[in-house]
Amino acid sequence: MSLESVLIVAAIIFAIGLYGALSKRHVITVLMCIELMFNAVNITAVALSRYIVPSTLRADPQAVGDEVVQFLLTGQIFAIFIITVAAAEIALGLAIVIAIYRNRQTVFVTDANLMKK
Amino acid sequence: MIGQGVENSLFTDIVFWAIAVSSIVAAIAVVQLRDVFRAALFLIVSFLGVAGIFILLRAEFLAAVQVLIYVGAISVLIIFAILMTRDVEEGSPSSRLRIPAGIVAALFAAVAIFVALDTDWKLLQPAIEESTLSAGTVDRINEIFSNTIPWIAGLLIRDFVLAFELASVVLLAAILGALALIREG
Repeated sequence: MSLESVLIVAAIIFAIGLYGALSKRHVITVLMCIELMFNAVNITAVALSRYIVPSTLRADPQAVGDEVVQFLLTGQIFAIFIITVAAAEIALGLAIVIAIYRNRQTVFVTDANLMKK
Repeated sequence: MIGQGVENSLFTDIVFWAIAVSSIVAAIAVVQLRDVFRAALFLIVSFLGVAGIFILLRAEFLAAVQVLIYVGAISVLIIFAILMTRDVEEGSPSSRLRIPAGIVAALFAAVAIFVALDTDWKLLQPAIEESTLSAGTVDRINEIFSNTIPWIAGLLIRDFVLAFELASVVLLAAILGALALIREG
């Protein structure tokens, strides 16, 4: 498993999620596809932080200090924050879905057109 | 061989491709199945596959977080929402945008794969083998990747402490917002 293969897998999952998010009418499917895209981004961040020499190490190959070597893990930190925001997003998104369903008895994004009228 | 750079054994390759293919197939099932409930179940399979990829990438903590939050919490939330809106039983049809969306997604995949293959990545493994990094640095890198959790904790409460605190505010806002939206009347 090289860096390229991981990135390609992530790109394919992201593209599938993008297709679903743009083309599906059921709003919960759209939310699920957005989660797929978040996952693909997380894979990319973790893979890059695993395989790439941090720029601070490239500038100073002798460095051993915490402040330099810890940049190896920045991708994982990014992934943690992305997961946090994704959890908040899905909670709010599903709350909106339920609210719309209560008021308008629909779960299709094409039917939620109050602002258009 | 914990922490010895990047593994390249045949076994890791086989495991990686098995996980990757099942994850991609599950993702395709999510967008193709008409039954939303089954799509949610396949979404769980895809999440588990991503957790497996995290383990192969030496991000065990993230794999645990992935299983706890995505598989444990988010998918349960999605399934609850599907069950609460069940009487709209028309499945998950595609909108008129199906073909343009497919073109956009294919274009994105092509560009991303091209970038992944064409970029001259500064990889860690050749740098270790050609000893452009000092021995002390390589030891440090191996030490970090043999057990990432203390380092992640240190980064979270030192270098990224502002973002860490902001994340708690975001979660609080999300809880309050969800409650306000769901409240009756």
